[in-house]
Amino acid sequence: MKKLAALALGAVMTAAMAVSAQAGTLEDVKKKGFVQCGVSQGLPGFSNPDDKGNWTGLDVDFCRAVAAAVFGDPNKVKFTPLSAKERFTALRSGEVDILSRNTTWTMQRDTELGLNFAGVNYYDGQGFMVRKSLGVTSALQLNGAAVCTNTGTTTELNVADYFRAHKMQYEVVAFEKADEVVKAYDEGRCDVYTTDRSGLAAQRLKLKNPDEHIILPEIISKEPLGPVVRHGDDQWFDIVKWTLFAMINAEELGVTSKNVDEMKKSTNPSIRRLLGVEGKFGENIGLGSDWAYNIIKHVGNYGESYDRNVGPKTPLGLARGLNALWNKGGIMYAPPVR
Amino acid sequence: MSSNTRHIAFHRDEMLPPQPPPPATTGVLGWMRRNLFSDWFNTLLTFIGLYIIWLIVSWLVKFALLDAVFTGEDRNACLPRDGVEVGACWAYVQARFNQFMDGFYPSAQEWRYLLVYAVGIALLVPLLIPKAPGKTINALLLFVAYPVLAYVLLYGAPSLGLPIVETTQWGGLLLTLVIASVGIVISLPLGIVFALGRRSQLPVLRFLSIAFIEFWRGVPLITVLFMSSVMLPLFLPEDVTLDKVVRPLVGVALFAAAYMAEVVRGGLQAIPKGQYEAAQALGLTYWKMMGLIILPQALKLVIPGIVNTFIGLFKDTSLVSIIGLFDLLGIVQASLADPKWSTPTTASTAYLFLALVYFFFCYGMSRYSIFMERYLHTGHKR
Repeated sequence: MKKLAALALGAVMTAAMAVSAQAGTLEDVKKKGFVQCGVSQGLPGFSNPDDKGNWTGLDVDFCRAVAAAVFGDPNKVKFTPLSAKERFTALRSGEVDILSRNTTWTMQRDTELGLNFAGVNYYDGQGFMVRKSLGVTSALQLNGAAVCTNTGTTTELNVADYFRAHKMQYEVVAFEKADEVVKAYDEGRCDVYTTDRSGLAAQRLKLKNPDEHIILPEIISKEPLGPVVRHGDDQWFDIVKWTLFAMINAEELGVTSKNVDEMKKSTNPSIRRLLGVEGKFGENIGLGSDWAYNIIKHVGNYGESYDRNVGPKTPLGLARGLNALWNKGGIMYAPPVR
Repeated sequence: MSSNTRHIAFHRDEMLPPQPPPPATTGVLGWMRRNLFSDWFNTLLTFIGLYIIWLIVSWLVKFALLDAVFTGEDRNACLPRDGVEVGACWAYVQARFNQFMDGFYPSAQEWRYLLVYAVGIALLVPLLIPKAPGKTINALLLFVAYPVLAYVLLYGAPSLGLPIVETTQWGGLLLTLVIASVGIVISLPLGIVFALGRRSQLPVLRFLSIAFIEFWRGVPLITVLFMSSVMLPLFLPEDVTLDKVVRPLVGVALFAAAYMAEVVRGGLQAIPKGQYEAAQALGLTYWKMMGLIILPQALKLVIPGIVNTFIGLFKDTSLVSIIGLFDLLGIVQASLADPKWSTPTTASTAYLFLALVYFFFCYGMSRYSIFMERYLHTGHKR
């Protein structure tokens, strides 16, 4: 009887929550004075605390950009580290305002889970790493290879699909933890190490001689990662979506954190609209007209954030690849501000 | 007569001075002969054992001391030299040490938790030493005044000029100790209450106690933690958010209380019925009987079990890292993701460091429990 009562109570409260969650996230955020942002528990280049305890990474920069757009201050953000399992609950229950946690955009998550993906801030995909001494230049030459990977993840299934589709033989050497997989690969227990390409770059640093290994060009799965908000608040969805678009547009227009003040005097109408010199685009999403100026001034454009966190000059050293702008060989593309 | 005396003259008329035992049976040599080399099989086992110890110790010394890197700015210091792996990368532990100790606690406020530690030790140590005076006032201070002080200092009180440090910024050893000590302090009295409840004559009370104990014993701690962090927020209205640290704190404390209740019940059952009857014959009330006669004996009997639960609880706190809290284990694992320090040996170093810290606390508790057992072992000495 008691259990029944508790269940009924829970159901009522869930219903009440579903209603209250519709309310304006922007007002809530303004009232409490900061953006609450869900991040990972430590993924190199995307969100991890440095030795001073500051959060850094591509996903972290995005949260700061939203804070800059709303408050004009990139530090008005608090980070909640979330495990993979609790991330969606934390977002739906209102514990965080944005989930910026290397989350792959899939149909099930976008629809059934009641979430909205605001865009893609990193196109990831599963790749292969091999020893240079093997003389392999393409994944199609991997017939008969021993492949190291993590157990129980989609990476294992992707490998199976890929090798079957190309009628190649392979042998799986699977481990529970990433650290074990790296060690086994480094000790020569397998020829190939496969996981997401950003992960390959990070794990590579743990090898004895990283220079003796290469990452093959093939990408065998689609992992578009992006920020997520909950259903039912279109205004907040717009803010998060256009924060990302503003960063990409800024890179395309050549506006950086260093030249943004000069760029305000630019005669290019696209730049003038982006920086709020012309039009009322900021007002339309409930922010000030200098919303994009603040993002670029305090966080930088997409390219700056990329180079700072995962780019070729960082220890991860990830080339832009798919994540380059659409007019530079990649697929990063943002609708115009107009 | 005289011939007779002369006849026994070869008899000594005083005792021989005692001779020392043969050298091969005393001292280190004798001990070794008796215990390590008593026959060929034991000798063989001894050598195998020595060989295994040698393997472990020599590897440990080589890894943790001889080949180790003690200073450095970033991962370059700990990278393999000429293809040969270096040993432990202590430079990384050093760079991250503050974070391992307190998570994201603002460095300007560090004195606050250090003060909490200092006061805690100052109050706890005299309580643990049986001969130290003023137990009542000491216990009152530790269990009533200290939690309030610790809360104010750790969380902050703007009216006293202490800026608020939110629990999301707590982490590392600090968080581990907070969860473990709150769990320990709540679980023992609660466990005693439920143990008494389970043995009570009152059916409702007994039923509720059994239900509580069996429920919490029947679910794994990891489920409790998941429920508290994933399901609970869905049932609460949106403007009511339970603190992210309080949720597992309650879960861990209730979980440990159920185990504690069963340990204490074991002690209660070991007390002969005569003790209960004698106390009742003296006209003692239930609480006096329990407080003066039964519990002191029962608790003494189950000290190993109680401390076992404490140690288990201390180690179980590391499970909170799966719900996104950076306890000692969580913060160390998060730091492993930092590309600034990722090298082939960083992970091994981190886990060695973790093992040392956990061992320090668990071994300390275990030694104290042995001391307490010997100290209280009155009346049953054989």
